Amino acid sequence: MKPLQSFSRKVYSIVIAISILIEVMAVAVNSVSAQAQPTPSDDQVNVVASQIYCPVCQNITLDVCGTAACAQWRESIHEKLAQGETPAQIKNYFVQQYGDRVLAVPPRTGLNWLLYLLPAFILLAALILSVQFIHSHRVTPANSVSEVDEPTKEDRHE
Amino acid sequence: MIANLGFGFLFIAFLISLYAIATASYGIRTRSSVFTESARIAAEVEFPLISLSVVILLGLMLSSQFQYTYVFRVISQDMPLLLKITALWGGQSGSLLFWVWLLSGVTAASFMWGKTKQMKQLTPWVVIVTMTILAFFLFMVLFLENPFERIWITTAGQVVTSFIQPAGTYPVFPSAGIGLNPLLRNLGMVLHPPMLYLGFVTFLIPFAYALASLITGKSDSQWLQVTHGWSLAGWIFLSAGLVLGSRWSYDVLGWGGYWSWDPVEIAALMPWLTATAFLHSVILEERRDLFKRWNYVLALLTFCLVILGTFLTRSGVLSSVHAFSESSIGPVFFVLIGLILVVSLGLLLWRWNQLAGSGELGSVFSRESFFLFNNILFICIFLICLTGVLFPIISEVFTGQQVTVGAQWYKSTTGPLFGLLLILMAIVPLSVWGASTVKGLGKTLWKPAAVSLLIPLVLFLFGLRSWEGILGFWLGGSALCILGFDLLRTVGARSHALHEPFLAACFRLIVGNHRRYGGYLVHLGIVLMALGIIGMEFFQVQTQVTLNKGTPVSFKQFSLQFEGLNTLTLANSNEITEAQIVVNQSDGKFFTLSPQVENYPKLSQSVTIPAVRSTLAGDVYIVLVDWQPFSTSSATFRVYYNPLVAWLWIGAVVLILGGLFAFWPANPKAVSEQKP
Amino acid sequence: MNDPLAAGAAKTPKKHLPIWVFILAGVILLGFLVLLATGLLLNRQQALTLGSRVEPFSVTSFDGTVISTADLHGKTVLLNFWASWCTTCVDEAAILEQAWRKVSPDQKIVFIGVDYADTEPAARAFLQKYGIDYTNAPDLRSALSQQFRITGVPETYLIGGDGTLSGIKIGPFTSLDELMTFLGQK
Repeated sequence: MKPLQSFSRKVYSIVIAISILIEVMAVAVNSVSAQAQPTPSDDQVNVVASQIYCPVCQNITLDVCGTAACAQWRESIHEKLAQGETPAQIKNYFVQQYGDRVLAVPPRTGLNWLLYLLPAFILLAALILSVQFIHSHRVTPANSVSEVDEPTKEDRHE
Repeated sequence: MIANLGFGFLFIAFLISLYAIATASYGIRTRSSVFTESARIAAEVEFPLISLSVVILLGLMLSSQFQYTYVFRVISQDMPLLLKITALWGGQSGSLLFWVWLLSGVTAASFMWGKTKQMKQLTPWVVIVTMTILAFFLFMVLFLENPFERIWITTAGQVVTSFIQPAGTYPVFPSAGIGLNPLLRNLGMVLHPPMLYLGFVTFLIPFAYALASLITGKSDSQWLQVTHGWSLAGWIFLSAGLVLGSRWSYDVLGWGGYWSWDPVEIAALMPWLTATAFLHSVILEERRDLFKRWNYVLALLTFCLVILGTFLTRSGVLSSVHAFSESSIGPVFFVLIGLILVVSLGLLLWRWNQLAGSGELGSVFSRESFFLFNNILFICIFLICLTGVLFPIISEVFTGQQVTVGAQWYKSTTGPLFGLLLILMAIVPLSVWGASTVKGLGKTLWKPAAVSLLIPLVLFLFGLRSWEGILGFWLGGSALCILGFDLLRTVGARSHALHEPFLAACFRLIVGNHRRYGGYLVHLGIVLMALGIIGMEFFQVQTQVTLNKGTPVSFKQFSLQFEGLNTLTLANSNEITEAQIVVNQSDGKFFTLSPQVENYPKLSQSVTIPAVRSTLAGDVYIVLVDWQPFSTSSATFRVYYNPLVAWLWIGAVVLILGGLFAFWPANPKAVSEQKP
Repeated sequence: MNDPLAAGAAKTPKKHLPIWVFILAGVILLGFLVLLATGLLLNRQQALTLGSRVEPFSVTSFDGTVISTADLHGKTVLLNFWASWCTTCVDEAAILEQAWRKVSPDQKIVFIGVDYADTEPAARAFLQKYGIDYTNAPDLRSALSQQFRITGVPETYLIGGDGTLSGIKIGPFTSLDELMTFLGQK
């Protein structure tokens, strides 16, 4: 091949490559904007806001808090939803900014496991203790009252 | 001057409480009834004395003496008379004085009336216990949270508050006061704290008698019998207080809910849980001589929880919307808790082996077993609540991390347990004391259970698909069926045996056994409340929407139309903005709701007042959102549909009536026949 | 029914519970009380005391620079907690900036503003409005506010060159004089 021909071939292929690239990018941009969230409704904001506690008020979730600061936080939730962030990502952002206390339940790390295990432990302990109590207080077979199938009139009146 | 008199009365009351403790102790040691009598009279005198102090404070408040710090903080000229009286418990120091007053009242009443009056052997110890508690509270009021403090100003212009005039200061006479927080200017504030405090304070009596009984080593059930009325009364007040708080929250706070699992709410719920368990386990001691030691535990624990709850609420340890502003009484409360816990636990363990009951359980399906399960469930719920309340403290102490334990955790951990309690409550009326088999129980249950199966069937046919809803309604319904069935059966048997007409038999039966049928009425109330709770928890619908004038928006079976809003300024310079919304129903009828926002410019605070339309089927509840701009042409609203919530309040009324009926003494002839 | 063997084998009930029960109960109760007491101490205002040692910390300012107290080589640090939604912080903003202008040439004191529980746009607007040019950083994860156990804003802490707390101010400064005295410059 003559050098000039191979050069023009190279230019040609580069131009093709660039136009393909531009085309692909255009399609990608279009599809991104097609996927972009429509303006989130108040209810959508509130669903996320109800899972996040106000960092400075006492025990109120962001959806019912009336302070100016809370309004700012709801606004930022609104913006993030509009940008396509998921509720989990938004909650994560709040945790990074303000700490674990904005979550409705502590994350399952470290000492917080205690909170999740204690109820089960309490129920188990209650079960064991009650079985033990029943066992130690059960009427012994020799002393048992004859088993009544129908409650007697007396029993019901008592 | 008169404020000094008010303080003086309290100071004398404090000295008298110390005198009573000393005299009672001496009387016990020397077995001299002269001293113990004197101690008892001293304890009785506390009430009128402290009442004088309360009257003086009220007088200062009603005559707007703003030079007193407390009056300045909670009273403003524009508050109506009723609210001004209510302000007595509107701030930390006033509400502590109110507590002291109620404590002294309950103590005096226990010595002057009823069965407790007759328990002479325990009286000196009861005096010591009650007067110790009173002394602690009086100490807090006198030296740490004094409602009779005044405002002074130094020559340098700094404002100081204190009881005695500091050197180099001049008195200040403000012309106006701040007034109650707008959220507290509500009927709820008039009723909820007094009922709640009465409930708390009443449990001092079973506590004191339990301790006295442990100290003297009397191992019979007399302490229980004489304080039963007090426990029931305390339970009624506590239930009323909790429900009133819940209703107040629903009416005013505008988040469409009735219970937010806030730590302070839970602090008040915990003694209610142990008290309810206690009311049930008492029956077991009476009928089967079981649970004797457990009853001591519950009586002591309930009051300890009352003090613990008060400590947590007022000391600033908990983060909560209800928390009082921080104060220095924390350490004193802590010493009090430490004292009562150590004494209670110590005495209990000391006497443990001497208090065993002789009772035995029948089969696992006997009535006594069911009572055991009932107690276990209540205690488990209580322990779970305690865990949730303490965990943020634990986390902060051990890891330095602040965490929140929110409503969701409480609901998922205690919800199933409450469901189990509902099942238990349903079955128990048909259970039998003594032995019982599954077969036996099944034989009595199958008829009402079969009838109750109609409920899920009907619900399913009507289109209900939520399994939690169907299950919940079926549980409540079967409880009602079983209750009704038991009543019919009993009345039928009685009318047949005594040849009485059915209705007369019914009437005589119920009137003849207050405790049992009062209890049944309470259970009926619980079922109705459960109805409301299920409706709210599983079927509540809400939305936040900006309404433009003239454009209707549909919400569930309604169509909402914003008609406009108007603002008017009141005489006290508050502004009320009221929005008009016409709600059209699918059947053509309509109603108007007017949610409001009241702005208090002097306090730079505004409160939203929801507009509610209540029917048995559900409430339409609308709040005007005041953090978004509103105009006559458009405004933002939060709209809720709260199904069945009216049953929550109806059930609560039935519950209280049931409690009162159970409490009401029957004529003496019938008393011996009363067995629950 | 009255089996003599069974009767003999029945335990004679002891008068008191074994001592280990008392000890165990006592330990649990003590643990509970200590927990409450510690919680109480932590939550009081001014839980930190003058002279107590301050753990070194580092902050990343709004414009990305990192300041670490460990690298400050003995300079005094004024740590001011504020928020854009805090109305009284507005009062002291100008005073803080004036004081900064006075002491910054000497390079002996460093001002660090910590923005508590705030949003960045609002914070930047606040800083711009009051012309504040000393370092300001968001309190990420509320870690610093928890370290200093603040109970509200504004609160200001003075950390001496030796790493101990030499000044605590709860609430806003009301005058430049007050702040300069606090800094020990008057």
